[in-house]
Amino acid sequence: MINRRILWMAVAVIVMQLTAGLWMPAGSWLPGGLSEVWAQEKPLAFTGAEIVPVSGDPIADGVLIVQNGKILAVGAAGEVDIPRDAEVRDASGYVIMPGLVDSHSHIGQGDGGDRSSALHPDVRIMDTIRPDSDTFKKAIAGGITTVNVMPGSGHLMSGQTVYLKLRPANTIEDMLLYVDEEQTIYGGLKMANGTNSLRNPPFPGTRGKSAAMVRSLYIKAQEYQKALEAGAEDPSKMPKRDLQMETLVEVLEGKRIVHNHTHRHDDILTSIRLAEEFGYRMVLHHVSEAAYVAEEIAESGFPASIIVIDSPGGKHEAVNLKFEMGPALEKAGALVGYHTDDGITDSRLFLRSAAFGVRAGMSRKTAIEAVTIANAKMMDLGDRVGTLEPGKDADFILLNGDPLSTYTHVTETWIEGNKVFDRNNEEQLPFATGGPDVFRGTGYGHHDHDHGRAQ
Amino acid sequence: MKTLTNVRMQTSLRMLSVKSTTMKKKWRSSLTVRTLTAISALFLVLSFGQEHLTAQSIAVEAGVLHTGVSEPIENGVVLIEDGVITAVGSASDISIGDQFERLKAAVVTPGFIDAHSTVGLSGIYNVDADQDQLETSSAIQPELRAIDAYNAREELVGYLRDLGITTVHTGHGPGAVISGQTMIVKTGGGDTIQEVLVDSVTALAMTMGSAVRSNFDKPGTRSKAVAMLRQALIDAQDYASKEDKKRDLGKEALQALLEGEITALVTAHTVSDITTALRLQKEFGFPMMLDGASEAYLLIDEIREAGVPVIIHPSMIRTYGDAQSASFTTAGVLAEAGIPVVFQSGYEAYVPKTRVVHFEAAIAVANGLSHDQAIRSLTIDAAKLLGIDDKVGSVEIGKDADLALFDGDPFEYITNTSAVIINGEVVYRAE
Repeated sequence: MINRRILWMAVAVIVMQLTAGLWMPAGSWLPGGLSEVWAQEKPLAFTGAEIVPVSGDPIADGVLIVQNGKILAVGAAGEVDIPRDAEVRDASGYVIMPGLVDSHSHIGQGDGGDRSSALHPDVRIMDTIRPDSDTFKKAIAGGITTVNVMPGSGHLMSGQTVYLKLRPANTIEDMLLYVDEEQTIYGGLKMANGTNSLRNPPFPGTRGKSAAMVRSLYIKAQEYQKALEAGAEDPSKMPKRDLQMETLVEVLEGKRIVHNHTHRHDDILTSIRLAEEFGYRMVLHHVSEAAYVAEEIAESGFPASIIVIDSPGGKHEAVNLKFEMGPALEKAGALVGYHTDDGITDSRLFLRSAAFGVRAGMSRKTAIEAVTIANAKMMDLGDRVGTLEPGKDADFILLNGDPLSTYTHVTETWIEGNKVFDRNNEEQLPFATGGPDVFRGTGYGHHDHDHGRAQ
Repeated sequence: MKTLTNVRMQTSLRMLSVKSTTMKKKWRSSLTVRTLTAISALFLVLSFGQEHLTAQSIAVEAGVLHTGVSEPIENGVVLIEDGVITAVGSASDISIGDQFERLKAAVVTPGFIDAHSTVGLSGIYNVDADQDQLETSSAIQPELRAIDAYNAREELVGYLRDLGITTVHTGHGPGAVISGQTMIVKTGGGDTIQEVLVDSVTALAMTMGSAVRSNFDKPGTRSKAVAMLRQALIDAQDYASKEDKKRDLGKEALQALLEGEITALVTAHTVSDITTALRLQKEFGFPMMLDGASEAYLLIDEIREAGVPVIIHPSMIRTYGDAQSASFTTAGVLAEAGIPVVFQSGYEAYVPKTRVVHFEAAIAVANGLSHDQAIRSLTIDAAKLLGIDDKVGSVEIGKDADLALFDGDPFEYITNTSAVIINGEVVYRAE
């Protein structure tokens, strides 16, 4: 089967190379399209597995068919037509679910804003990520296929985040996930409040100053936005290009989502207050004291991307961080997702976070959604990833048991119809377990040089 | 040595310390303490009267009872009277009298033992005011006692207790050549160090590796650290051989180590640091526990030959720095090779501020360690390694009634702790 796959790949590559210059816009099949080159042109059908589509109830004896990097069909055995030319794979004994979506991670060895300012909306983490980083291999070994890679929380705005599909890639462009049709937006904006961004000037020294600095910059961006509108009417009035302002205008226009690090309940409410003042879209991140203001969060409509840490504390803001915050948000009716914050928690154990939600009283359904579709929605990617539905990306994982059991392993990870991790492959297994020089000291990302201000 | 013994005795008398058996006894004040404990217990019983006595009689009924020393017992029963276990067996063999309060749980184990932590010296807020696990004025300070820095009311201690951890080996942390002493406490049964102390001096915490040079100007390299440690041990040998001498607290502690009364708890992760630890152990002949040991899987024969037990790094340790080559599979590999392996929560500079030892063991079980061995590692094996197996670590008649009750397999992520019993008292009940 492997030989056959290689053959298909080779044929596909040759065909694409021959035709690319003829009928495709130059280079368009490479960035973001590399995987399509690899994806099977022949349908591939998985049978016999329990399928957890997330978009509906689990299917005990399910069929999943993928083709050309997309999901062709999902359903119960006997109710789905398997194309005659399909390659059929017996997956009896396995559970198949969507590739996991992580809404907050620091894999990829990128960086963000520097100490010259507390506000860096112009900075792109995308420019600094290593596509060959071991940390990506760690994530796919844990079943993660889509991830929001963020700069740190040591700034009020530390920079633009990047939404990545963890395809094997040589350039970061091959991993980007655009959220708009114009293909200009492929990430959000990282913001933070609370203690992490408090330092000596030019950083704020108090929470009040933090909010004032953020508000002032957004007011400036509103003025820039007006100037842009004026410039559209009269080119002589067009303002000078300003990378910071351009990014914040995207935020004000709702094209770019703010990902706001926040822990204490009053910081959470401040985040909501500012977002409502300027009308921007926001995801609350960490939200350690979510249980205290779950109703307010739910009412605001802002989703919460939360974390599971094995014990409370480590800093003042997180002494009330408990496993119960997930179920509290669920009960209040907020959209809730889990994130790894890798290297704070380990991407290989992402499903553990969902299980700890269930431990504390969350429903299994919400817990599974919290590592898949809920996070996808928080990145405007809900129509592409996060569930197993026809037309969506063929990103899925095979597990050898209940996804929420300690004893279950991700045995295979597939992205856009390509197998990118196989636990039965001896060379790939160490990315799931660890071992000699498997991870070359890259596990802590931005938290390393900014110790104590991370998370 | 004699002077030190006296000091130690005085301390222990005040603390009603439960003595340890497997280590040498010179530092232990066995008989007097035991008598005092008995008298105090009697006093407590008399002063609280009959009601309290009744409350102390508990029958624990377990769907599955892990004793730590036998095959799991289905439908097991444990009877507890006056703080100790008075009967263990199958429900069909034990009749439960009316005086017993009945507690039921799907799974019951001996209270878990965290074989190495800094909890109680390191606190939840992670600010200078609650971090006492590492003194950075000098890299070698064996005189620092854990009993002088332990906050028995620390919230994280209660957090661990409510999850089923009843005994913790805690004290000075990794990060110095010798950071200080460690001790063993129970996580409940009292609000002061005096009330919860099990063993006041268990080990000297040593570290081989890059962490040391990041905390101190001197040593600035690993090899300098080893030279400093060897010189300190040689000076202690010298000190021990002198009859008439000025007291030196640090040298007294090192002498106790050299005489085998306490143990070296050596944190070492890389192959070179582990082999250095083994080399020093051979040179000076002190008892040693290898701690962390991320790359132990590369030195199976050497570790086995040295007869050194391993307190394995937290399974979920971050794979960077000295621990970058850590593997989820190491505990299983070591156990398979016949090397005693137990679990630790370790020390975290940030989050999680304390790890949870059975959460760490669970990852090892998912990666090759047998379920049964994991239970033993968390209970009887840890108790033996720490020299407290006469009191804790198993469900056996006469042992302290320290039990953890769960609503399922304690290693499953979704399992909750239903109740925790320490010294026969229910210290936690799920709502």
